[in-house]
Amino acid sequence: MNAASLIQAVKDRFPAGVKASHSYRGDATVILGREFLLEAARMLKEDTLFQMNFLMDLTAVDFSTFGTKRSPAFFANSGIAVSPSPEIPDADPWPGPPGGHPSAGAAPGTPGPARFVVVYHFFSLPLKHRLRLEIPVGEVEEAEPEVDSLSSLWASADWLEREVWDMFGIRFRGHRHLKRILMYEGFVGHPLRKDYPVNKRQPLIGPVN
Amino acid sequence: MSDHAGFFTSRLDEAIGWARKFSIFQYPFVTACCGMEYMATACSHYDVDRFGAGLPRFSPRQADVLFVVGTISHKIAPVLVRIYEQMAEPKWVVSFGVCTCTGGFYDNYATVMGIDTIIPVDVYIPGCPPRPEYVLDGLIKLQAKIQIQHSTGQRPRPEVRPEFER
Amino acid sequence: MDLTKTPGSPPGEPEIREMLLNVGPAHPAMHGIIRIVTKLDGEQIVDTDVEIGYLHRGFEKMAETVDYNGVIPYTDRLNYVSPLINNMGYCMAVEKLLGISVPERCHYIRVIVSEISRITDHLTCVGAGAMELGAFSVFLYMIKAREFLWELVEMVTGARLTVSYCRVGGVKADLPEGFDERCRKALQETRKVLAESDALLTRNRIFVDRMSGTGKISADDAISHGITGPFLRSTGVEYDVRKDCPYAVYDRLQFDVPVGTRGDNYDRFLVRMEEMEQSIRIVEQALRDLPPGPFLAHPETGRPIPAAEMVDEGKIGNIAAIVDARAVTDPTLEGAAKSQHPNIEAGEKRVFLPAKEDTYGNIEGLMQQFKLVMYGHGIRPPKGEVYFPVEGANGELGFYIVSDGTSSAYRVRVRPPCFAIMSALPKLLIGDMIADVTPTFGSVNMIGGELDR
Repeated sequence: MNAASLIQAVKDRFPAGVKASHSYRGDATVILGREFLLEAARMLKEDTLFQMNFLMDLTAVDFSTFGTKRSPAFFANSGIAVSPSPEIPDADPWPGPPGGHPSAGAAPGTPGPARFVVVYHFFSLPLKHRLRLEIPVGEVEEAEPEVDSLSSLWASADWLEREVWDMFGIRFRGHRHLKRILMYEGFVGHPLRKDYPVNKRQPLIGPVN
Repeated sequence: MSDHAGFFTSRLDEAIGWARKFSIFQYPFVTACCGMEYMATACSHYDVDRFGAGLPRFSPRQADVLFVVGTISHKIAPVLVRIYEQMAEPKWVVSFGVCTCTGGFYDNYATVMGIDTIIPVDVYIPGCPPRPEYVLDGLIKLQAKIQIQHSTGQRPRPEVRPEFER
Repeated sequence: MDLTKTPGSPPGEPEIREMLLNVGPAHPAMHGIIRIVTKLDGEQIVDTDVEIGYLHRGFEKMAETVDYNGVIPYTDRLNYVSPLINNMGYCMAVEKLLGISVPERCHYIRVIVSEISRITDHLTCVGAGAMELGAFSVFLYMIKAREFLWELVEMVTGARLTVSYCRVGGVKADLPEGFDERCRKALQETRKVLAESDALLTRNRIFVDRMSGTGKISADDAISHGITGPFLRSTGVEYDVRKDCPYAVYDRLQFDVPVGTRGDNYDRFLVRMEEMEQSIRIVEQALRDLPPGPFLAHPETGRPIPAAEMVDEGKIGNIAAIVDARAVTDPTLEGAAKSQHPNIEAGEKRVFLPAKEDTYGNIEGLMQQFKLVMYGHGIRPPKGEVYFPVEGANGELGFYIVSDGTSSAYRVRVRPPCFAIMSALPKLLIGDMIADVTPTFGSVNMIGGELDR
């Protein structure tokens, strides 16, 4: 199936769950409400229309500084802005961060733009199509946002979810043993969050240099 | 100590140093990319055996020289220190590759900025990764250093570069 | 795994206990640092716990701090046994984000170098795996072959291992003069080594006994774990990104995808051996089909002029003889001759780092270089997100890039093929003997840089 019909098929099954969709650069992408994740994933795996037998990748993006990153150069608009060449048409523009724009801001306590987006890449070996599923989480100020674990459907989700927990501090409901995988026990914070400084070291031994 | 005794110990030191420098039992602590160049150096093409360092020992108790090959992260650092402590004196440490020398371009939360912050280092071989020729050069420098070490384990003054000692 | 529980035994009977054995992080039988805690019943592995992350060096965080071209050296060090494939994957992902395409010759060059890289990866994997089972001479032979290929890589890129050869929108330089011949010779040598190794291993009783039937995994389990590449193909599933989602010019090249039947260590060994043959085949075809570059020769003598000779001619005032001639410069040091560049760089000239001779030779080239490499400058792709998979040596290597329209990526994520395989390691080990850890781990081809990033 091509990107457009894939998106349409997901929309048909989950009219309420699909928040948005796009196929920027031909990658079929569906943005789904977090409560529909497990159901949608099971459908993607088992429905003969999709047959997504691979969970290729599972990661997250911290959108908290999106669009507010300051350019380190003296002139704010230095660098070479590139618009796509006519060879590859920019038919489907990118609608922006999946959880809403972070600079949009909301009153405290009410659901604002989502800070994190958990990104799933599915692949179907029999039908050779790919789908990206994005789940915005962390709309309200919560220290450890939570989504459902897919480890009951794909074994690959086990370690990938541990990695996302380690790097972003997103919890997965129903995961067997959610513990750090790349960093060590005793490490404070989650290094891929945008508010973790790149060279803040927490050595187990030796000086903090 | 009389002059004669001094003469004999210095001769003895020289003989022991000569024997030691051509029988380097190395412990390759291989973690990352540099391991590929380490393999290339150790194999037939560059033949590290010519310098008497052809036999890696994978037990720190049997090794004289610790080759730290590849990036050391904070997670592995305690293991490295433990291995260093397990080695018997006399022992030497070669820091292989720029990550072990200074941390290289991984200036971030995960990596140790140079293993000399946690264990003493004798020879630095920078390069990302160093070419085998460079490794052999470092090995020869290490041999020079081993040669002039006293049999008592006392090391020469650090500010004197080994090649100028004699 | 519960490591604290020790089963009690009824009084009067001999106490039977399971034993915990810690393998790693620094262990003689392990290349690469990983910790496997095994629970043993006699010699049989009952349970294992795999701990990774000892080589985590923050690739993804570093990629957010440097510009798009600056990530390329970091990608070299992901899978450091086949850096050219990583380069290619990353550059193609950025090109997809930018919406540009590269010339055909560039595609062919990328295919050639990445297939050479794949051969070196498999050589290392099979060689090291065989060495751990005692076949040391195979290791020496294979490293010898790898050395020939690395010399080839060095000839093209200027570096043996950390090559940084691909650029966003092209490759660093065209293939050097005489590459064709050298490449064929190196591949011939590699074939010879492969035949020797095949004779030493494939029917070797000790080797077959250790490899056959150990480390088994079923196709369903492998798919569920997200395993791709030679590992998945050994279970009989025919999935290869080069065939199923073709990129570059793989759809024009003839090659077979070898598959196994049993999914054990021996099948993985056979699949890798056959893949090397197929990669050689691909390189040979690509060399044959490579769209020609410009002819670099002296207009009168018809022979190429080395750059040094041209300088000497100039010094003695022999301007007339060289004024129209083009020199052969060494691409690894001085940048390929200018006229070759249209064949290897994208139509979108603004994103491509200029040839070194342009950078040093004229103001336009210098400014272009300046705009691309200065801190805070560089390419600024449109806002968006892309995922691009290529077939790495261990399986599907995907790059997921999110851009916020500034000169550095907002997020770069690598889908490391090793990670999936390592997550299945407990499944591979449980039920086998403790001695089978060595061949199984060897056939996994764990690459720390890619696993832990």
